[in-house]
Amino acid sequence: MIRINCPFCGERDHSEFGYGGDGSIEYPPLDASAEAWTQAVFERENIRGVQTESWQHVSGCRQWLLVERDTMTHEIHSVRAAHSGVAAVVEKEQQS
Amino acid sequence: MTRFSAWSVFRNGLKGQSGWDRQWRDPQPKAEYDVVIVGGGLHGLATAYYLAKNHGQKNIAVVEKGWLGGGNGGRNTTIVRSNYFMRGNRQFYEHSLKLWEDLSHDLNYNVMFSQRSHISLLHSPAAIDGAARRYNTMRLTGTDAEIWDLNTLKANVPHLNYSADARFPIMGAAVQKRAGTARHDAVAWGYARAADALGVDILQNCEVTGTTREDGRITAIETSRGRIGAKKVGFAVAGNTSRLWQMAGFSTLPIESHKLQAFVSEPLKPLLDQVVVFGVGGAHFYISQSDKGGMVFGGDLDWYKSYAQRGNLPIVQDVAECAVSILPCLGRVRLLRHWSGVMDMSMDGAPFICKTPLPNLYLNAGWNYGGFKASPASGWYFADLIANDRPHNVISNFTLDRFERGINIDERGAGPDPKLHG
Repeated sequence: MIRINCPFCGERDHSEFGYGGDGSIEYPPLDASAEAWTQAVFERENIRGVQTESWQHVSGCRQWLLVERDTMTHEIHSVRAAHSGVAAVVEKEQQS
Repeated sequence: MTRFSAWSVFRNGLKGQSGWDRQWRDPQPKAEYDVVIVGGGLHGLATAYYLAKNHGQKNIAVVEKGWLGGGNGGRNTTIVRSNYFMRGNRQFYEHSLKLWEDLSHDLNYNVMFSQRSHISLLHSPAAIDGAARRYNTMRLTGTDAEIWDLNTLKANVPHLNYSADARFPIMGAAVQKRAGTARHDAVAWGYARAADALGVDILQNCEVTGTTREDGRITAIETSRGRIGAKKVGFAVAGNTSRLWQMAGFSTLPIESHKLQAFVSEPLKPLLDQVVVFGVGGAHFYISQSDKGGMVFGGDLDWYKSYAQRGNLPIVQDVAECAVSILPCLGRVRLLRHWSGVMDMSMDGAPFICKTPLPNLYLNAGWNYGGFKASPASGWYFADLIANDRPHNVISNFTLDRFERGINIDERGAGPDPKLHG
């Protein structure tokens, strides 16, 4: 069982979370070329090692998170809120 | 190499089994081969065999980083079927089933192929209608298919959970009688032995660490046993395709690596004569009984990307729940072993057997859950592609550019999310 330290709920089993996939994908503008969209939707680097991926805490706060996880050892290196605005607020709270 | 026959088995029985040779050689790598297949799994070995047998190629090597049958070839639930719906898949898997039907004779090696029926349980009138449509389509191209009503199913598989108050009461089944199981290790050994007899060098403990490219061609592969020159190279390493692809100088593929678990119980007396599949709502479960008596079963992926060949516990629980909900008699059966393999999950659930941007490099990848049953046809068509340098009509859509062209082969209609193509 992987344990994910949700910034809102604390450390929980991964079975509480839904897996989103590669979190490093940047989607192109809506009027971008078919090639650019094919690349974003279908093509993956498929890293063996540490990759950034999205997880949703579906059985908890329902927030989307960005998790840095090793795809070979399953070790988790960092967890943060996926929404940059939410992440900034959480970080500020933690510092104060 | 001794040919297996009733006479050779009898004669060696009298001689204390002392007359058997090695089943395949353990050669040193040559400096160069006409064709190098990377990956000594079922697909790689089958490719080498058909290259030698169908296309008369003499100078072939298969390089394998571990040992034969140590990867997904030995980590599956051994189910063979051809009940596919989409054009391309249907013809391909039916050809594969036809190759399975003659495989033991062809290889002179008993792969213990047992056409014991594949029974998909149906739980609603809509599911029965859907299966009838799918199975009628299969029959149009010569694949056998039947829909069973509840009484027929009960007569054939008497001990499923038929109670009316089950969460998903059983209403019937979609059945392919020519489907069944085979002994997975024997398939690897059989292909290796037959390929070796045709002169193929099988190089085990030979891990690829890099490639050499000159003038837009791949000229050699670097391995843990030295540099091996190659006129043509085929990749057949499902699970680690992306890593090898990057070693060849490319970047992305429409593939993610996920792991799938399989389970075997302690041996039981004969209990289940068929392959039974339970898939409704969130459940996904398939079970058969091996010739040794163990119940062999599996379920869903582990739901997150991974290269680790070990499974997680939530799926063990999920699969166990499915098992006792459909076969309550298994409630007290103990698990003997469980293991996990790394799958190439592609973006539409269909494989790739295709050319690549390099003119002498060929790709065989993206087998999702379905690699075992596909292995004979995969080798057959991959050998055809490598020998003739053009895709056969049947595999013409098993290409990397099908997503850009909008001709995805999405058997399950699950969309571009690799973990959903179970």
